[in-house]
Amino acid sequence: MIELADVKKVFNLGRPNEFTALGGVSLSIELGKATAFKGPSGSGKTTLLSVVGCMARPTAGRVRLLDREITSLPERFLTEIRRKTFGFIFQQLNLIRGITTLENVMIPAYPNGERYSELRRRALELLDLFNLGGKAESRVEWLSGGEAQRVAIARALVNHPSILVADEPTAHLDTRLSIEFMGIMKDLKDRGKTILIASHDPVVFESEGIDVVVEMRDGRIVS
Amino acid sequence: MRILEKQKNLVDFTLSSLLRRKGKNTALLVVYTFMIFLLASVMFFTGSIKKEAALVLEGAPEITVQRLVAGRHDLIPAAYLEAVREIRGVRSAAPRLWGYYYDFTSGANFTLMVDESLKDSPGVVHVGSGVLRTLMSPEHGTIPIKASDGSFHFFEIHHVFPAESDLVASDLVLMCEQDYRKVFSIPDGFATDLVLEVRNPKELTTIAGKITQLLPDTRPILRDEILRTYEAVFDWRGGVLVVILWGSVLAFVIFAWDKATGLSAEEKREIGVLKAVGWETSDVLVMKFWEGMIISLSSFLTGVVLAYLHVFFSSSVLFEPVLKGWSVLYPDFRLTPFIDGTQLAGLFFLTVVPYTVTTIVPSWRAAVIEPDSVMR
Repeated sequence: MIELADVKKVFNLGRPNEFTALGGVSLSIELGKATAFKGPSGSGKTTLLSVVGCMARPTAGRVRLLDREITSLPERFLTEIRRKTFGFIFQQLNLIRGITTLENVMIPAYPNGERYSELRRRALELLDLFNLGGKAESRVEWLSGGEAQRVAIARALVNHPSILVADEPTAHLDTRLSIEFMGIMKDLKDRGKTILIASHDPVVFESEGIDVVVEMRDGRIVS
Repeated sequence: MRILEKQKNLVDFTLSSLLRRKGKNTALLVVYTFMIFLLASVMFFTGSIKKEAALVLEGAPEITVQRLVAGRHDLIPAAYLEAVREIRGVRSAAPRLWGYYYDFTSGANFTLMVDESLKDSPGVVHVGSGVLRTLMSPEHGTIPIKASDGSFHFFEIHHVFPAESDLVASDLVLMCEQDYRKVFSIPDGFATDLVLEVRNPKELTTIAGKITQLLPDTRPILRDEILRTYEAVFDWRGGVLVVILWGSVLAFVIFAWDKATGLSAEEKREIGVLKAVGWETSDVLVMKFWEGMIISLSSFLTGVVLAYLHVFFSSSVLFEPVLKGWSVLYPDFRLTPFIDGTQLAGLFFLTVVPYTVTTIVPSWRAAVIEPDSVMR
């Protein structure tokens, strides 16, 4: 279970441009399920995922992950949790240009200190899983939108995370690719992964693979 | 083992990263290597020539006494020898006959000197390899020398000094006293200068003082003074060259600073991505450290090896006119390789370390940003 208790996140605290992204969010997220966060831009979906995914600390409130309080953990531990527990799929995909598809998939695992050959084998397996084995040595900028999306998913999975976090994953995809993406998410959920997706795309939150939809507005949960 | 694997993986990623900006990094590598090459060449050259000069002077007389007339070096009368020998503390004193000979056919200057071992061999010379080369003479041929009265004398070459002694012997022609006096028309009873050995080296300056008191028209020159002059001359020449190179060093510093500090938006975004997917700040810094090290260390090593080849195998073709000075004989000599570890370490710490640091500092600023920046 992931539990958030009265979590607040304020940016630029005390400055004229102070902005409250989360205004006291309390929520329990069940593991092994797919949860979608929907709401308009600026509703706090992305910030909520950042806080849950150990990317940002809340300004106030508590976050518990698998019965462990993580809010007060030092940076180093948060990074380790982020690397080992979460896999991230970003809205802009954030693949690193100029290097190969295979290297992009391996990036999150480099700091683990595993043998290169083992790491490479695992990354190739993941690429094969997403029918990208033939593109392993291609540079990411040569891939189509759908292929790049699947590379981003493979990268998110390389460290065997139990939770997948996707922020507006279908923002740059057409309907067919969006449906394909949700199919992959459902498949991963069926394999035991917890899926957290922030999106305002109906293809996502109306997808049959989504178990829970959390609606947000102005930094708060409305339903 | 995990630490080692981790470093290997980070180096691997760093190399891929560097290859992405192939043009920019190759240009940087070339300029960096060239700068190290120039600085190390100056360093190797001045270092080894100073060392060589010191070795040469080890066998030089402790005191040389010259006679001055109107501030110019003049022949010294044999009578002075007796006066010098009388000075307490002088172990031995001997006259020396040597001078420069201009060979108009080749346009080169040779150093002609009397050698006691040839006193029973008139018409015979021992020469440096440079003389042989300049006159294009065979090893056991003859060399013509035009005497001061305009007559020509031919000398048989009986021995050629090995190339290792080229720095001092390249232009040397040794002959007997009789031949020497004939060539330069120097009357008996006169020498070029006197060379002295003393009993106690601590008394060198005292003895020099006594000589000037006793023979006011002479100038005693101490071996240490010559050594100091040589060092000053080569340091000065090296310094002049470094000043000339300063412009290129500065250009490199600006170039490297721009490259190392100016993290592009793309690079900053990449650092954000790395942090978001689970890299620690220290991992990013280690990667940037490897990046700086790979560039600067490979430039340093290549530059130093090229400088070594340049100085010790090609006789410093690029700047030998500045470093070797005014000599009109062109000795094609090779310096004995000598590397001063301290100087090399100095060059390392003045180039590799600052570059690596300038690579890390801006990355550190970028690496401490919150990883959620890529989500925003």
